[in-house]
Amino acid sequence: MTFYVIAEGVIAFLLIAGGVFAFTGSLGMLQFKDFFTRLHGPTKGTTLGIGSILVASMLYFTITQRELHVQELLITLFLFITAPVTGHMLAKTGLHMHLRFTTGTRGSVPEFRDEDVGQSRVARPARAKHPWKYRKQKRSRMFR
Amino acid sequence: MKALGRFLPTPTLSLVLLVVWLLMVRSIAPGQVLLGLILAVGIPLLTQGFWEPLPRVKHPLKLAMFVLVVLWDIVKANIHVSLLILLPRREPHPGFVEYPLQVTDRLAVTLLANTITMTPGTVSTNIRLDGSSLLIHVLDLDDELALIREIHERYERPLKEIFEC
Repeated sequence: MTFYVIAEGVIAFLLIAGGVFAFTGSLGMLQFKDFFTRLHGPTKGTTLGIGSILVASMLYFTITQRELHVQELLITLFLFITAPVTGHMLAKTGLHMHLRFTTGTRGSVPEFRDEDVGQSRVARPARAKHPWKYRKQKRSRMFR
Repeated sequence: MKALGRFLPTPTLSLVLLVVWLLMVRSIAPGQVLLGLILAVGIPLLTQGFWEPLPRVKHPLKLAMFVLVVLWDIVKANIHVSLLILLPRREPHPGFVEYPLQVTDRLAVTLLANTITMTPGTVSTNIRLDGSSLLIHVLDLDDELALIREIHERYERPLKEIFEC
């Protein structure tokens, strides 16, 4: 009997911890100031959050149905492969589109000046036009 | 051994495919094992042209240690980032760091970039196409050189030892 009580506690703890981590990961999107810092929340918080919820699911079904449930490991595997790649592609796109970052960001970024094509660098204007604002202007001019 | 090499060009991939198939259908009935075996042999043969020759894992034990270290660091990174989000005592100082790569193998570089994204306060943003360095965005940057040294000691050197490249 005590075994079930302990298992229940562990599963509840994992579920709550998972929820808290996933929530703070999403909250980071709201709190941070620029695109690149906002990336940090979803790439980390959600990974561990969903990971611990999946562990809780594995434990719960293994104990209640008395047979081994491990297919949640597949979700974990795919998540661990896809989350960093998505983050990397988003960050790369952000660099490519010359998104602004908060003042006080340290380190020089040659990507903001030059395009990274092979080994030779192609000259680029220092600041490109913002793609969304530019599009909006164009559209409003059309309707006028 | 030659014939085996022709039908199973990548034994590890075949094994992973078989296990993934069995996990997805949730049974080890003989029919499913047979279907999984057919897939595990067929898919690598069909996609053989797309695969680069992968480096061999020289030290499986060190790889297991590396995975454990990374898992532990993921937990630590999550707590660290969550605290920064929930209890912002001060504004974090973000920054870009250029990390000089020493591993050259493409799989090792991919693994390193993924590891950096998953662990303490760093997201890898760009790989120079000539493979010489990695641009990292750091959430809370204190000491650039210390960060580079830590990544090198903790992740890059084990990867280098595992693949011996």
